[in-house]
Amino acid sequence: MLNEIAFLLLASLTLAGAVAAMMLRNLVHCALCAAGAFAGLAALYLQLNAEFAGFAQLLVYVGAVAILIVFTILLTRGAEIQPGGTTASPSWWMGVPVGALVAACLVGSIMSSPSLLRLPSQNVQAPVKSIGEQLMTQYIMPLEAIGLLLTAALLGAVVIAMREPPKSEPAAR
Amino acid sequence: MTTPLANYLILAALLFAVGLAGALTRRNAVLVLIGLELMFNAANLNFIAFWRFNPHPEKLMGLMFVLFSIAIGAAEAALGLALVIAIYRHRRTAQVDQFDSLKG
Repeated sequence: MLNEIAFLLLASLTLAGAVAAMMLRNLVHCALCAAGAFAGLAALYLQLNAEFAGFAQLLVYVGAVAILIVFTILLTRGAEIQPGGTTASPSWWMGVPVGALVAACLVGSIMSSPSLLRLPSQNVQAPVKSIGEQLMTQYIMPLEAIGLLLTAALLGAVVIAMREPPKSEPAAR
Repeated sequence: MTTPLANYLILAALLFAVGLAGALTRRNAVLVLIGLELMFNAANLNFIAFWRFNPHPEKLMGLMFVLFSIAIGAAEAALGLALVIAIYRHRRTAQVDQFDSLKG
C-alpha cells in the first residue's frame, strides 16, 4: 500500500515536471521543472532498490546536466521569446499528434500484455561492492570505452564552444 | 500489495511521449535537448524496472546498462549544449527554425 502511494506520488511529480518543462514559456522555469522531473526519476530508482543508479542520476542529471542547461539558457539570453512571440516551431502541429500516437501505441501494447502484471522479485539488492566487482571484471571494456567517450566529449565540448581567435578578417567586423 | 511492472512501463511510455512531443514542438534548441534527455531517462526507467522485476536481479544487467547510459546521456547533453552555444555565437539565435541553412 505504502509502495503504491509512493509510486503514484513520484510518478505524478515526474510527469508533471516533464509536462511543465515542455509547456512553460519562461526558459528558466522550464529548466527548473526538468530538474524536478529528473529528481523524481532518481527517487523512482531509489524506490526500485537501485540505490547506486538513483544517486548517479541525482548527481549527473540534477547536478551536472541541469546546471549546464541553466548556463546555456543564460548564455543564449538574447534568444528569449518576445512577449508576443510564439514558443512553438513551425511544424508544431505535427509534434503533439505524433507524441499522442506514440503514447497510445506504447500504453495500448503494455496494457494488453498480461505478463507485465507480475510483481517484483523479493529481496532485490544491488550492493555497491558487487557493482564495483562487476565493473572491474565483466564490464571492464565498456567502462574503458565510457572513459574514452567522456574524455572525447569533454574536449569536443570545449573546442566547439571555444571563442575563435579574432585574427581572421579583422576588417569585416 | 506492490506496484506491478506495467505501471512503471506506462509511466516511462508517457514520459517518452512528452519528451518526443516537446522535442518536435518547441522552437528553442535548449528545450529540444531537454526533450531528448526526457526520452533518454524514460528508457533508463524501463531498464531499471525490468531489472527489478526480473527473476535474476543479482546479475545486475539492467543496472549496469543504466549506469553506462547515464554517462552517455551526460556526454550528449554537454556536446549538444556546446553546439547550441556555438550556433548562438554565429547566428545570434537559439531558435531551431532559424538554423535552416542546411535545408535542401
